[in-house]
Amino acid sequence: MVKSQTAKDPYDILGVTRKATADEIRAAYRKLAKLHHPDLNPGKPDAEAAFKELTAANALLSDPEQRTRFDSGEIDAHGNERAPERDFYRDFGDDVRQTKYRPDQRYRASQGNGAGQDFDPADLDSIFAQAFADHDARRFKTPGADAYYSLRISFLDAVNGATRRVSLPDGRTLDVSVPAGVKDGQVLRLKGQGRQGYGDDTADTSLKGDALITITIAPHPFFHRDGNDVLLELPVTLKEAVLGAKVEVPTPKGMVSLQIPPNSSSGSRLRLKGRGIAGGHQYVTLKLMLPTEAEPELAQFLETWIPRHPVDPRKGMVTT
Amino acid sequence: MMELNAVITLFPDLATDELAEWIERRWVQPELGNVDIWIFHPVDVARVQLIYDLRRTLDTPMETVPLVLSLLDQIYDLRCTLKSLTQAVAAQPAEVLAAVLDALKA
Repeated sequence: MVKSQTAKDPYDILGVTRKATADEIRAAYRKLAKLHHPDLNPGKPDAEAAFKELTAANALLSDPEQRTRFDSGEIDAHGNERAPERDFYRDFGDDVRQTKYRPDQRYRASQGNGAGQDFDPADLDSIFAQAFADHDARRFKTPGADAYYSLRISFLDAVNGATRRVSLPDGRTLDVSVPAGVKDGQVLRLKGQGRQGYGDDTADTSLKGDALITITIAPHPFFHRDGNDVLLELPVTLKEAVLGAKVEVPTPKGMVSLQIPPNSSSGSRLRLKGRGIAGGHQYVTLKLMLPTEAEPELAQFLETWIPRHPVDPRKGMVTT
Repeated sequence: MMELNAVITLFPDLATDELAEWIERRWVQPELGNVDIWIFHPVDVARVQLIYDLRRTLDTPMETVPLVLSLLDQIYDLRCTLKSLTQAVAAQPAEVLAAVLDALKA
């Protein structure tokens, strides 16, 4: 199979539609050929290539056989054979006349040439016997299908648990009790809240399907979650970080006091034991916020300040 | 329609022996021509492509291929049956059609 560069569409080159008649193609070619003929355009180096392109396009489209093959994609604009478009098996699998690969076709009486064997009515019998044959003798019942819903809840509802009302497409409402600590993507199964079963005209919910509710959790502006731990980034002032302080920190269950030790660097992680989800903890990462307005006294102090314990915070970051 | 050698050239790394084995196992059933050559119809080529994808792309073990093919064949068979059924139902008078649709929704 010859792989060629993608060639321009000959119809585009000649500026005609795919439905153009042989006469229209010839006329278009003549007009353009006159315009681009190299001998008529001695000053244009491109003309030769353009003319060759035109000639090739015309040669292809003026030959009915070639044109048909190009239209059906068998050859490209250069006239090269093109790798056939891949046929997928499903293009054939659904063809009722295609019986070769049918299961048990060996045992079918109608095996042979195609006509008149579209399907075996016995198949229908076997498939629907259950449903129709002994309809009177035994009432045919089949369980209802599960119904799938999704419910988006807030971060705090996911952590603390909540009851949410869901409106179903059929007009019913469903009170979903979301357990505390539910995870994003978790599926809650509500037994008997799905679709009605077939042949089920009683209130018997055993034949009903279940409602499956996929929970998604909306992100919270400052809380994040890692398994059962809650993560929080806590901005602190320079003064709080250097001198230490007792600050109020939000947790999913409310505010708690947190003691920030003196000389806490930005990025230090403090733990609030048991303040996470189901025995998890809350981790507070400090984020040092420097003054946003001018603080001349602070600047002046730092200029004259000689640390008693000089440290190089970038020690060990040297690359060779 | 293609002969075996032509089918082989469609796949960069498919050996004649391997395709012959697929035929041997009846996974693909080309027509046997009168001069002892296999003739592949488009459906057969598409099926070879399917088996090729199963083996090469999806890494399906040899012993699992018949299972996959058998299930696929059953699905296509069912789809055909269903198609015939829906066509038959669609050809019924409106009230029969409505009754069937109601029964399906129940």
